[in-house]
Amino acid sequence: MKLRIIVTLKNGVLDPQGKAIQHALGGLGFEGVEDVRAGKIFELELADSTSDAAVDEMCRKLLANTVIENYRVEKL
Amino acid sequence: MKTAVIVFPGSNCDRDIAVALEAVTGTKPHMVWHGDSELPQGLGLIALPGGFSYGDYLRCGAIAARSPVVRAVVEAADKGMPVIGICNGFQVLTETGLLPGALMRNSGLNFVCRDVPLTVDNSQSIFTSAYRSGEAITIPVAHHDGNYFADAETLDRIEGEGRVAFRYAADINGSARNIAGVLNKAGNVLGMMPHPERRIEAAHGGTDGRRLFEGLLEAVA
Repeated sequence: MKLRIIVTLKNGVLDPQGKAIQHALGGLGFEGVEDVRAGKIFELELADSTSDAAVDEMCRKLLANTVIENYRVEKL
Repeated sequence: MKTAVIVFPGSNCDRDIAVALEAVTGTKPHMVWHGDSELPQGLGLIALPGGFSYGDYLRCGAIAARSPVVRAVVEAADKGMPVIGICNGFQVLTETGLLPGALMRNSGLNFVCRDVPLTVDNSQSIFTSAYRSGEAITIPVAHHDGNYFADAETLDRIEGEGRVAFRYAADINGSARNIAGVLNKAGNVLGMMPHPERRIEAAHGGTDGRRLFEGLLEAVA
């Protein structure tokens, strides 16, 4: 099975990269870009027998740093 | 005192810290490769050096924190072994959970590489006993991801427990409450973004960094 894992910064965590992207979009003449948050996407190909609990553990133990990041899992 | 320096692919301050440790302890440190799963016996200090372990892939320090040798470092730290993580080593220690918080991209997005004035916040730890509380010292930094973040509750807790070892005298990277170095609860683990090993001889412009290692040697010997 294929999974997509989306990792985003938690609310309240400042995102300097997102801010820089926001300013760059403004610099290109796009108006009304009120906020940008940068994140990461991982696409995993896993054995069908992989449990949801194992996927959750992969996210918590490595793919996301839960001090600053949230994650969500999508089945593809 | 026997010491060990953990070397990851991409470490680049491992030799600097080795030179500093040898200068202060008189003994060459053991250089321990990241793939080793056992540490040398009889160590008095483990150092995690600066650099770009594993190319900073995923997050700074994230892959190193899951390497076999770091599992052994965490076990040793839990038993009271003094551990210092400098720069990338600090990032590794937060990724292991030995230290609270996380180090994010500098708020100004620039790589900051210069001498910075610091304030010693807590001189009671084994790492800071050679300084006076509130003392102003100068130690260089060189990092892109040194912006210390923790939630307000965690910050209040570590401040209340005297676990802020060093603060930047003025903001350089957006760090919460200007925190530059943090201790674990037991006080045997220190993570700091500034590089004390780059300030150990008069030729470096000062010896404020050397005092950290001298104080540590005295405190644990």
